[in-house]
Amino acid sequence: MPEESKKPVIEIDNLKVHFHVREGIVKAVDGVSLSLMPGEVLGVVGESGSGKSITVRALMQLLPKSGKIADGRILFNGDAGKVTDIAKLDRQSREMRALRGGRIGMIFQEPMTALSPVHTIGHQVMTPILLHSQGGKREAEKRAREVLDMVRLPRIDEMMRSYPHQLSGGMRQRAMIAIALACRPQVLIADEPTTALDVTTEAQILDLLKELKAELGMSIIFITHNFGVVADIADRVSVMYLGNVVETGRTEDIFYDPQHPYTKALLNSIPRLGAAKQHRLNTIPGMIPDPFNLPGGCVFHPRCGLASHEDCRRIYPPITRIDDQRTARCHVVAEAIKARNLETGSAV
Amino acid sequence: MMTDLTLAPDLLMDVVDLKKHFPIHSGFFGRQTGAVRAVENVSFQLRKGETLGLVGESGSGKSTVARLLLRAFPVTEGRVTFRRRDGTLIDIAKAESADMRALRDEVQMIFQDPYSSLNPRLRLLEIIGEPLINKKVARSEIEDRVAELLKLVGLRPEFMSRYPHAFSGGQRQRIGIARALAVNPTFIAADEAVSALDVSVAAQVVNLMQDLQDQFGLTYLFITHDLSMVEHIANRIGVMYLGRLMEIADTASLFDRPRHPYTEALLSSVPQPDPRANAAKKRIILKGEIPNAAKPPSGCVFHPRCPYATDLCRQVEPPLEALTPGGNAVRCHRAAELTLAGVR
Repeated sequence: MPEESKKPVIEIDNLKVHFHVREGIVKAVDGVSLSLMPGEVLGVVGESGSGKSITVRALMQLLPKSGKIADGRILFNGDAGKVTDIAKLDRQSREMRALRGGRIGMIFQEPMTALSPVHTIGHQVMTPILLHSQGGKREAEKRAREVLDMVRLPRIDEMMRSYPHQLSGGMRQRAMIAIALACRPQVLIADEPTTALDVTTEAQILDLLKELKAELGMSIIFITHNFGVVADIADRVSVMYLGNVVETGRTEDIFYDPQHPYTKALLNSIPRLGAAKQHRLNTIPGMIPDPFNLPGGCVFHPRCGLASHEDCRRIYPPITRIDDQRTARCHVVAEAIKARNLETGSAV
Repeated sequence: MMTDLTLAPDLLMDVVDLKKHFPIHSGFFGRQTGAVRAVENVSFQLRKGETLGLVGESGSGKSTVARLLLRAFPVTEGRVTFRRRDGTLIDIAKAESADMRALRDEVQMIFQDPYSSLNPRLRLLEIIGEPLINKKVARSEIEDRVAELLKLVGLRPEFMSRYPHAFSGGQRQRIGIARALAVNPTFIAADEAVSALDVSVAAQVVNLMQDLQDQFGLTYLFITHDLSMVEHIANRIGVMYLGRLMEIADTASLFDRPRHPYTEALLSSVPQPDPRANAAKKRIILKGEIPNAAKPPSGCVFHPRCPYATDLCRQVEPPLEALTPGGNAVRCHRAAELTLAGVR
């Protein structure tokens, strides 16, 4: 595909999601911008409370009742060149229901709670097909068998008649992937799909997702808190902290040349397999602040080792472009980039 | 107390052929129709002041081992020789309940889920001070001790009048640690103590545990499924699969050159925060899933998933064979001939 024809499939622009609860307003997502290119895996990493799950739930219009999209756009560029702003759709509207489970599939973290315990796997895979396509029951069953085979589940006949409790964790997760893929979605959202699994099963599922991506040419948003998993599967990575994307870049750049102090600190605090033994792990001082009482300026400044800049305490940092693929929200990075540009400017 | 127990002077605990079978009852009369063999012939030794890591996937029996060492439920078979603070030896597997009550001053546990392991109706003073209340220590003394413990784990003494809901996951795990330390134990079993925490918080808690170990000479059994974390904290590591200890070795040997095919597969499965290394690594994808512990496979329990299995493996269960005088051992027929890949 020629470079210029590449338009993002999903473009989230300055998304804000607020929760109105008794104690006040929680700004769970506060100005998130990210984009998903066709055929790529975008990894979204962050600790709990960073807003990564809420961002994709807003994209699916699956927010809890107390959560409202307060601002921003979520553009979905459909196959036929049709652009839809999901942020403006009603969660119950015909258009949204056609997208959710149809053009955009989703897999969830806990396969036992996400699947219905009282319906067979066959029934659960056929349901979205019957909802989203014109065909009858026979065609839906044929397609269901196809996708179950696609996710490498054994003994399809038996599988169609099984209930989730009869399957192991890894098989349940495969069944859930089959449901998400049943309607040939353009985009797959995977919210911590391997977190509840053992490492050897996790390796199987990651392999399956990589193969499916290559076979079907899907675009995937992959949410995780595990930096190892994201390094394994993502082409690009967005790092989130307290409701915002602090840094976005190619996977290699994020891991070998992180720019934002939070990314650096987080990567430093993970013990690595086979690495030279240190006596103590590096930590990030303090803890994630109370969501009702966020620090002013840059939300990371109380824990940041580099927050020397006066602006860090006063001004919310804007997005700084580092190169054509990389952005970060940090005053210190912005200053370094400015200095670099002046230097190269004077050299020319 | 039995008199025929022996224990080498550098050891704190010696576990020999530990077994736990949970009966399965079914039918109208509830007759026993089988048993889940959760722990099967597990043997290892704990040295004073060391950290032994215990890794394995869910259902491997690692948590059951920890609970047996604390006698959270009866032991089916086996011996657990433990050196008490006064130097006497006791078999935890057969200890009377009065002995066991006294032993709880010396063996303690930290649990995985910091949300469900603290009683929401009790204040920190009662949660941390509970063992002292049971021992009828004076109220003012308990308050002093709880204040001291809170400071020790990096929390403020004034927190003692608050309830657990006021604290974050990392802080709650610190409270769990303070509670375990209240009686001055010599041995602590930490069951997935940092698994529920975010990376930056997990690192803080692990550092705290290591500081406390240095300060009080504690011996840890550190149970986890996180191989990178266990490599950081443990001196030696045991790998469990379907109730059996498949391999036990010092940390460096295990990661340099694993001796059991299951260990090799586990190590190769862990995705690293290093994209180039992941791309370069040839990952061993195990077929299938961990089998049912009520109906274990014949021969070596790992053979249906093992890439190196032979006919012998399908028929005969290998024993746990010692490899070095230092206590490294492996349960594999082909350990001597195979050269397996580590991660260093």
